[in-house]
Amino acid sequence: MMSSASIQRYVRHRELLFLILPCVAYFLLFHYVPMGGLVVAFKDLIMTQGILHSPWVGLLNFERLFASEDFPRALWNTLVISLLRLAFGFFAPIVLALMLNEVRITWFKRGVQTLTYLPYFFSWVVLGGIFLMLLGGDGPINSLVRSAGHSPISFLGDPTWFIVVLVVTGIWQGTGYAAVIYLAALAGIDGHLYEAASLDGAGRWNQMRHITLPGLVPTIVVLLILSLGGILNAGFDQIYNMYNPIVYTSSDIIDTYVLRRMIDMDYSLATAAGLFKSVVSLVLVIGANWLARRATKGEHSIW
Amino acid sequence: MVAERVDLPRHAVKSRRRMRRSGGEMVFDGFNLLLLGFAGLLALYPFVYTLSLSFSTASEARRDTLHLYPTQVSTMAYQIVLSSPEIVTGLTNTLVRTVLGTLLTVFLTCIAAYPLAHKELPHRSLILFIILFTMIFSGGIVPGYLLVRSLGMINTVWALILPTALSAFNIIIVKNFFQQLPESLHEAARVEGASEWAILFRIYMPLSRPVLATITLWTAVGHWNQWFDALLYITDDRKQVLQCFLQRIVIENSTQLIDMGKMSQDIASYTPETVKAATVVIIILPMLLLYPFLQRYIVSGVLLGGVKE
Repeated sequence: MMSSASIQRYVRHRELLFLILPCVAYFLLFHYVPMGGLVVAFKDLIMTQGILHSPWVGLLNFERLFASEDFPRALWNTLVISLLRLAFGFFAPIVLALMLNEVRITWFKRGVQTLTYLPYFFSWVVLGGIFLMLLGGDGPINSLVRSAGHSPISFLGDPTWFIVVLVVTGIWQGTGYAAVIYLAALAGIDGHLYEAASLDGAGRWNQMRHITLPGLVPTIVVLLILSLGGILNAGFDQIYNMYNPIVYTSSDIIDTYVLRRMIDMDYSLATAAGLFKSVVSLVLVIGANWLARRATKGEHSIW
Repeated sequence: MVAERVDLPRHAVKSRRRMRRSGGEMVFDGFNLLLLGFAGLLALYPFVYTLSLSFSTASEARRDTLHLYPTQVSTMAYQIVLSSPEIVTGLTNTLVRTVLGTLLTVFLTCIAAYPLAHKELPHRSLILFIILFTMIFSGGIVPGYLLVRSLGMINTVWALILPTALSAFNIIIVKNFFQQLPESLHEAARVEGASEWAILFRIYMPLSRPVLATITLWTAVGHWNQWFDALLYITDDRKQVLQCFLQRIVIENSTQLIDMGKMSQDIASYTPETVKAATVVIIILPMLLLYPFLQRYIVSGVLLGGVKE
């Protein structure tokens, strides 16, 4: 039974409770019911019997997953692509932001910023479509390759070249946007520090090393934590809109694998793969946060 | 060290800086501008190429160039695309989901953020935990799909706007903004006998215009670009969105559209590629036109959340 005090509290704040009700209902229905739906990973889902009445199969779906040829390959590809993106792409926005920060001509700075974050506003359906034309056998990139005396490169049909394409076009799309985040952090650095440093005789290079970069560290740490937590997201939208069966060997990732299993209506296997991904991601983001808190003595972490 | 130099006259410091700038820094600045200019052009080029290709004749499209601009202009690709009933259907459906979805999201986000901004809300921390936990864990696409299907929302606009109507991210942003408003506003209005509902709509929302504008625009852009939910939940072509038609035309190399256009007699004025390019231009045009207007909200959006996703 509820105590009369808590009933009184509910009555007094009934308007607030009424306002929050749709929100709670939404999260329970569209987020927590699907979390419950993850039991499908431990069942043999028979559509006519529904989720509740389908038989339990224990870890059978996970055994099938790891015994298959495709899933371990997809897991490996996901890690390779993500790590390549981190290695080549993580510092690109920092460099862009630092370069933009040194520009004194306002219109030029704003213009470059505007152009570089433009690609972020289009879906990978659009961008993928553009790159398929640009990088095709008759596209302008291959006409450059030909005029340099090489034979055309199969950017989209060669598994290794395709990875290069993914990483490079990914950097092309995301760098300008991420640089905005760093520029915002740069704008927050106290201008007096620069004044004092220049009075002290520090050149612009030394100012960048000793003031600007340390000022960016908190942002870098947070974004690195998020990248590590998202390491199993190798860029579904981009890959789905650009890949083809020829490059599955290098570019079939967990998410594309899940989608194809789902389209084949093997819901149990697809759910098991999805659950594996969700749990590992959760562990990674908590682990990365713990690491960041320890490494920076509690100064920088996301919670 | 600092104390010694603070007494230097201002102009002396200035002239020293200027002297330094005339040295290696001039070279650095030059290189910096050059590289940045190149980065800007690199970001723009794929769009220029697409625009140029979309206005090209067949022989122009097959030329071995970078296609910065067409030397032989044709608008046939656009005539084909715009006379296709699929494009018109897709455009209508995309507009419907964008408008309905955005209104729903902004409305639900406000009525969720308002009570959460007040500490006296019963079970506030539990509700916040329920919301925030979804940022780091989710059921994934299959249970989500099975849910939408069992709710009977397949092939309805609800499948495109309800499952993503609220996000922890948006709620927290608006909640934080509401919390910055002076509590005395709320108290005074309560004393006057105003309902919470009225305070939210008459006082809080009008005062929160910048943050609401930012959320509105980000949500609208998201709906305009969204395709994955439509790919899963929409199987009826009459309900399909523009992005998915584009996907079919561009990625799956479908020439359906050209047959639909029934203009195949004029073979010299277009190619499948120019038709694809024209479709891409049509889909990105509204955004390009709005872009200068959206811009001020881009930075504010980034500042508000740090990082989305």
